[in-house]
Amino acid sequence: MWQSLMDLGYGFGLAFEPHNLFWCFVGVLVGNLIGVLPGTGALTAISMLLPLTFSMQPVPAILMLAGIFYGSQYGGAIGAILLNLPSHPPHAVTCLDGYPMTRKGKGGTALGLTMLCSFFAASFGIIVMVFASPLLVAVAFKFGPPELFSIMLLGLIAGSTMSRGSPVKGIAMTVIGLLIGTVGTDVQTGLQRFNFGIPELADGIELVSIAMGVFGIADFLRHVNRMKHIGSLAPVRFRDMRPSKAELKEAFFPMLRGTLVGTLFGAMPGTGPTITTFIAYALEQKVSRTPEKFGTGMIAGVAAPEAASHSKTQVDFIPTMSLGIPGDAVMALLLGALLIHGIQPGPRLLTEHPDIFWGLIASFWVGNVMLMVLNVPMIGVWVKLLQVPYRFLFPSAVFFIAIGAYSVNNDIFAVYEVLAFGIFGAIFMALDFPIAPILLGYVLGPMVEENFRRALLLSRGHLTTFIERPISGTIIGIIVLLLAAQAFFAMRARAGKGTALPVPPSDVIA
Amino acid sequence: MELLTSPRYKDYCGGLILVIVGLAAAFQAQSYQIGTLTRMGPGFFPAALGIILAAAGVVLLGTAMARNARTAVIEGEAVRRHPPEWRGWACICLAVIAFAVLGELTGLVPATFACVFIAALGDRDNSLRDIVLLSIGVTIAGVAVFWWGLGILFPLFSRDFM
Repeated sequence: MWQSLMDLGYGFGLAFEPHNLFWCFVGVLVGNLIGVLPGTGALTAISMLLPLTFSMQPVPAILMLAGIFYGSQYGGAIGAILLNLPSHPPHAVTCLDGYPMTRKGKGGTALGLTMLCSFFAASFGIIVMVFASPLLVAVAFKFGPPELFSIMLLGLIAGSTMSRGSPVKGIAMTVIGLLIGTVGTDVQTGLQRFNFGIPELADGIELVSIAMGVFGIADFLRHVNRMKHIGSLAPVRFRDMRPSKAELKEAFFPMLRGTLVGTLFGAMPGTGPTITTFIAYALEQKVSRTPEKFGTGMIAGVAAPEAASHSKTQVDFIPTMSLGIPGDAVMALLLGALLIHGIQPGPRLLTEHPDIFWGLIASFWVGNVMLMVLNVPMIGVWVKLLQVPYRFLFPSAVFFIAIGAYSVNNDIFAVYEVLAFGIFGAIFMALDFPIAPILLGYVLGPMVEENFRRALLLSRGHLTTFIERPISGTIIGIIVLLLAAQAFFAMRARAGKGTALPVPPSDVIA
Repeated sequence: MELLTSPRYKDYCGGLILVIVGLAAAFQAQSYQIGTLTRMGPGFFPAALGIILAAAGVVLLGTAMARNARTAVIEGEAVRRHPPEWRGWACICLAVIAFAVLGELTGLVPATFACVFIAALGDRDNSLRDIVLLSIGVTIAGVAVFWWGLGILFPLFSRDFM
């Protein structure tokens, strides 16, 4: 306990170093900006800016990337509340009550409340992270190859089946991601796999190419000429953003419940941010005394999902950092970024790179404070930015992606890779496949294969090793339970008894 | 194309793609020495993944067939939400290709200009004046950020071109 606080103090020392403070600020500012822009979310933002961090030191690089992530979540809520425009799927549910509030002239209040709730939830998530990570690390040191394989399997299966949409499609996309991860040189034998005779593929496919292809180019292919035109907006002033005492009281318990939902889901590997916010909203509807009023501008319908998404964001970092197993696509991307910087997340991260771990935690808090301070005077600018037409936005972004892909290895081939993945992603999106699991599979792929092969080598080819070892067996048990529970709910939904999740207003690609 | 992505048929299409990709991967992986469970060769893991993928495709095809057998075709009910956007697709793809090709042949400045110009053509509401202004603006900003600011290794104009 004391040790954690001491380490945290060390982290704050790092986060307040002017150099790190500056990049953290750049991260949250750019993240907030990109989050506000229509049609771009955290994934697009991080993928586009990832190449820029290659020349930086690991600590400022990761602080900046994380800043982009939570910064874009602050930004996403603005579009959802003021324009009914979910620029990022997790905020879709915020539209349901946020936009009606705007129409009632309460848009400023909704934004103010969102910021307060986000800050509260993020702080809570950070505290959980400070105390839970060392505990998890203590357990993680007992992990051998079978345990690592089982827990990665849990992450992959949860990630592919717990998102919205068909679980079969989610699993298929994860497997495709794993297959993409096998492209290139086999680590154990040096054999070239799936390189199709192209020498550039010997090192495997670049993380940046996949991420920018399926979250950038594919998005533009889906949205070109289809983004709604945005009309003019009523200006929002700082004065409008201060919620009254009664409104604060109304928001308090939903905020608390939302935070807890987010914390719980963040700790579970594989649950995406979208499903978390939807469940937080559904919970509010269930416990409310006036469930029929949801959708007409209830404060609870804004406070709970936003709080949930922010506490989940912070708690998500626990398994990513201490086990090396990302919970969702954004975490997979950040994990990939750490790997590129030569840092292997996992139980040893805490002892080998305490600067990264504690610096990151401290910077979360610093970054969240910055966002609070930043959003108050900047709200007018954000509202203006919301009106940047998509027709100017996407051509600039296409260029940014192309040059970003090139800059990874100074190699034109990566540009073609991005295009290929963009078309591939757009086709699968058109066929209603979830896209995010591809990245999860790709990042975990090599680790899954290595641990699977090692575990079976150690057990002399007995698959039972995964069940016989106590920790691994428990995890496999959880996987079976998870799948059984999903089959049960699917059956119940087919019988027409289940309660459906609320439907977002416009079409959202989750 | 619209038929293929319509709610009724898109799972057939998706399932078929999965089966083909899965089987192709498994087949290709066979040539990489599969090995046994005790001593796995480099082909074991990809082959297993290919088979799982093909199986997922079969399940998807099966459920789609079962669902379509239960619900009869209702004429006129299929609301076509998105007509295919060929112009946007062509322009975005061409823009990326133009960047790659021109980047190698002529250097960063022409490549950037062409990339933004072609991509912007993909939007129906863009006027020619806007497109030219946008392309010039992004080219200047791009050179400032990447070439001057980040020192990217990319000649502004390649020597053969000048």
